[in-house]
Amino acid sequence: MSKAAMRSPLGRALGLGSARDGVEDWWRERVSAVALVPLTGWFAVSIVTHAGDGYSAVIAWLRSPVTTTLMTLLLITLFQHTALGLQVVIEDYVHSRIKIPVLVGVRLGCFSFGIAGLVAILRIAFGA
Amino acid sequence: MANALSGRPKPLSPNIQIYRPQLTSVLSIANRISGVALSAYAVALVIWLLAVAAGPDSYAVAHAFIRSWLGQVLMFGCTFCFFLHFCGGVRHLAWDAGYGFSLRAIYTSGWAVVAVSVALTVLTWAIKFALAGYDR
Repeated sequence: MSKAAMRSPLGRALGLGSARDGVEDWWRERVSAVALVPLTGWFAVSIVTHAGDGYSAVIAWLRSPVTTTLMTLLLITLFQHTALGLQVVIEDYVHSRIKIPVLVGVRLGCFSFGIAGLVAILRIAFGA
Repeated sequence: MANALSGRPKPLSPNIQIYRPQLTSVLSIANRISGVALSAYAVALVIWLLAVAAGPDSYAVAHAFIRSWLGQVLMFGCTFCFFLHFCGGVRHLAWDAGYGFSLRAIYTSGWAVVAVSVALTVLTWAIKFALAGYDR
């Protein structure tokens, strides 16, 4: 059976399906993975070199423009990658009626923690 | 189960409980497990940032937990999960780009992931102890 014959008439008419948006999540997971290579590398090196720092030293580090910028990028990319990765795991292993609620909950949770992290870093950077 | 036409047994999909673990399958599931674990550590990072943002007192509480033996064990686990997922992820990206699909390459890159993850974890903690001392 040809590829076209396997598609519904509505699918053919609308042009939707895996030929267009089906790989979007897969692609975003890869793009975020590539971005996380330098971002997490920077973070790991920074955390090790700042291990044992006191409060004022941590604040001074987080307030530097480079740190604030990279931490913001890290949080956005990290939680996007986390959301997409957990989504795949859930889709593969959860087949009961809780699948959709779990998917929605995980997505909302990742979004919320990502925003909370951004608020924290921006408050540290620009707060009194 | 015999096939009605040929009389030969039908091939069965591998049953995970009786399937001998191989480097390929173990690293595959390890990449997922470490990814799920790192999700929890991502939340911990946000909690730490919120503690810093809230002021010195809450930072001291977070810092004391990280310095406790449980905190240090969790940080060590985080380090290994991070490097395992990092190296495993780079291996996956190479596959996605179309490289390293021969059986030999898959085993070479697999053992490289194991070796580099362990080495970087040990190296990271060696540097950390050298810089911050043993009491942090």
